[in-house]
Amino acid sequence: MKIEIANGRLIDPKHGVDRVATLFVAAGKVAAIGEAPAGWSSKRTIDATGLVVCPGLIDVAARLREPGFEYKATLESEMQAAVAGGVTSLACPPDTDPPLDEPGLVQMLKHRARSLNQAHVFPVGALTVGLKGEELTEMGELAEAGCVAFSQAEAPLADTGVLLRAMQYAATFGHRVWLRPQDPHLGRGGVAHDGEVATRLGLPAIPAAAETIALATIFALVRETGVRVHLCRLSTAEGVAMVRAAKAERLPVTCDVAVHHLHLCDVDIGWFDPQCRLVPPLRATRDRAALRAGIADGTIDLVCSDHTPVDDDAKQLPFGEAEPGATGLELLLPLTLKWAAADGVTLPAALARLTSQPAAMLGIDAGHLAVGHAADVCIFDPEAHWTVEPAVLRSQGKNTPFLGLEVPGRVRATLVAGQVVFES
Amino acid sequence: MRNPQLDAAGNLTHLLTLEGLPAEVIVRILDTAVPFVSIAERDVKKVPLLRGRSVFNLFFENSTRTRTTFEIAAKRLSADVINLNIGASSTSKGETLLDTIDNLVAMNADMFVVRHSQSGAPHLIAAHLNRTRRAHVHVVNAGDGRHAHPTQGLLDLFTIRHYKQDFRRLRVAIVGDVLHSRVARSLIHGLTTLGTPEVRAIGPKTLLPTAVRTLGVQVHHDMHAGLQGCDVVVMLRLQSERMRGALLPSAGEYFKHYGLTPEKLALAKPDAIVMHPGPMNRGVEIDSAVADGARSVILPQVTFGIAVRMAVLSLLAGSAG
Amino acid sequence: MTRKADEATPVALPDAEQTLASLADRMRGAVAFDAKFVGIYSGGAWLAERLAQMIPGEHPVGYIDVSFYRDDFGSKGLKPEVKRTALPFDVEGATIVLVDDVLYTGRSVRAAINELFDFGRPARVELAVLVDRGGRELPVEATYTGARLAVARDLSIVLSRLADGRLALAAEGGHA
Repeated sequence: MKIEIANGRLIDPKHGVDRVATLFVAAGKVAAIGEAPAGWSSKRTIDATGLVVCPGLIDVAARLREPGFEYKATLESEMQAAVAGGVTSLACPPDTDPPLDEPGLVQMLKHRARSLNQAHVFPVGALTVGLKGEELTEMGELAEAGCVAFSQAEAPLADTGVLLRAMQYAATFGHRVWLRPQDPHLGRGGVAHDGEVATRLGLPAIPAAAETIALATIFALVRETGVRVHLCRLSTAEGVAMVRAAKAERLPVTCDVAVHHLHLCDVDIGWFDPQCRLVPPLRATRDRAALRAGIADGTIDLVCSDHTPVDDDAKQLPFGEAEPGATGLELLLPLTLKWAAADGVTLPAALARLTSQPAAMLGIDAGHLAVGHAADVCIFDPEAHWTVEPAVLRSQGKNTPFLGLEVPGRVRATLVAGQVVFES
Repeated sequence: MRNPQLDAAGNLTHLLTLEGLPAEVIVRILDTAVPFVSIAERDVKKVPLLRGRSVFNLFFENSTRTRTTFEIAAKRLSADVINLNIGASSTSKGETLLDTIDNLVAMNADMFVVRHSQSGAPHLIAAHLNRTRRAHVHVVNAGDGRHAHPTQGLLDLFTIRHYKQDFRRLRVAIVGDVLHSRVARSLIHGLTTLGTPEVRAIGPKTLLPTAVRTLGVQVHHDMHAGLQGCDVVVMLRLQSERMRGALLPSAGEYFKHYGLTPEKLALAKPDAIVMHPGPMNRGVEIDSAVADGARSVILPQVTFGIAVRMAVLSLLAGSAG
Repeated sequence: MTRKADEATPVALPDAEQTLASLADRMRGAVAFDAKFVGIYSGGAWLAERLAQMIPGEHPVGYIDVSFYRDDFGSKGLKPEVKRTALPFDVEGATIVLVDDVLYTGRSVRAAINELFDFGRPARVELAVLVDRGGRELPVEATYTGARLAVARDLSIVLSRLADGRLALAAEGGHA
């Protein structure tokens, strides 16, 4: 269908575009920018006056809960949530049930996602069988089935010997290994950051060293092997400093931060609010400040939602028993805008963290608007504020620390492969 | 964020933790407990204050001692007491904690006395009751994980006030496993709120929380130095699990460095009192000679505990909900 | 104390010391020689002490705080200061004179009797009050009365003890 997205503020971080222009879409691709192609007649015109028109967002960590956790959420609801949040491409971690360690499971997931005709799904395959940290998975087969990378999700891989070999084998196929920097022993049993708040609340604690020791181990292995690693969900100030040093040393590492950790810290746990039970834990204010500085200066490459729908029965429990995680697909854009406004980061720079940067890390042709390339588009109103309420969220996960709070940025329409898949 | 323990008028509606309670609320509880002490000395040890009210003891973690003192306290107020020992199989029937609460409220429970192994469980229940507009049902925390044991803290404060009167001139030492102790946390909050100038935490590094100084205590790893000139010495119970968790090598070594013996007690003031929340591990944290000695007020603590709990139940039951 | 501007005259209160003397006169020769005087805090307690001095015989003094036996706990909660009930004699088989300052609805006396019976079974209980202001809501009557008054419902009659130990009556409250 020929669609004209008229007079919006077109922002494309990859190509350095930031101007009011009209976007022309045809046959699933970007047909032209600015001037209509010869002989153009639109089937549909979307008036984007006063709105931002940018590449569809790319979320590198969104749990879709299929297969295995359908009582928490299904592909239908979560894909709806994704496009409602302006996300047109997402990567999902392998910790499904069963984990994504077999090509058949990956194919089924991709097939299911494709048939829904919403966002593109890029599964991340399991690094080890069953995520148990012992045997390697058939990474070649998994890659052919559609995996873009390999990771352990949150499962620990304590045996450094196995870790090294897993990293090398993944590199054989040219894939990055995604790793959470979390030492399995230091954080064991902990539910909150080891600081003043955990001491007062009597919560078992996870010291910052759990992250820094794991980072040191990973960097040492990267130095030995040259394997490309993506670090998932940085949480400490010391960790940001170590990544900065590693990048200065030109180690092939990238990293991300969950959008919640840019806003919240351990004090927000308040009186044991289980909505603040997250992995990694919310850390101290100085850690939050360092994460914000890190994403601003590029040490941290991109922002993700770490979308984790959790049913109410599993959340409304004493803090230590509550299932960790927060819903995030529909809050990724608003919370990124909120951070950018507060820290004086320009809209193009902020959107780069959600579009061009994730695309580069994933190695996919997305996150930009160029003639002849896929028309995955997000149209949003940066000035519209809305209140986070369960009824408004399309995800089945209503678990968020931002319930009842007002956030900026309302998605007006989302296009995937040139088709309008969401409108409000 | 409003304190979930206080109602809109600032009266106590739940007792969840001593942290953040205004000093006057704490003092009110202590003052209210005074007349209740004498009721134990009467032949008829009952007053009709809570007649017709139902107090549900919800113990998700076993404790015969604490449950019994709450039961005695409630019965002396003429309340109906129902004991529910849910133990470790609380979710064995698939019923969540909050579902259990809803069912019991439907059975006209007026008050829940809750003990749970997880920090924050009573807060979850109180928040649920406040949110679902049933704030006339009151929650008393009988101990949650490592977080708080407010009635124990209060009875410890009552005991100290009984023997020493003015908190503002006291040096108090708390010895032992502060890291895992809800008793210690509650007592520290109570003491600092009431203006105790010096509260000392004494123990090995493995048993003191990383940020323990932020609670307002001085840290000592040397018990000899820590006990110097103290007016009150509170010994905490050492649980045997600590040896298995690589926190301590042995009970013997612990007793040598952190156990209270007559020799170490002599470093404190001549009229210092010795307290222990119980049950005691004789020969591990405290020598029998001290536990049974003249300076020990461990048994009076138990008596005061019933009076303090009667005061808490009465104040909560009498608040407009 | 606030008063409506058009209220005719202030309540005429009798002198507390004189009323106490009248009460003691009525009790002398009427109470048992070994009657125990139990004062209801706080006014009744002061009165019990004074009466014990003024009336010949063996009259040990006890004190009762009715806070835990009141019938308005549910609506009003515990009052801030609860004093200690102290009865330094055996209630079982005793002749007791409950002493209170103002007899009004009768609820405090009902509470005091209930509390007394938790200590034992007295042979006999009598009631001595300084002032009876009417307005009974329970079937309670004083055995010995100092003075009777008619008082508007919104006023409280309060007994206080002055620095030199003398007692004084005052009226508090009034239209808001």
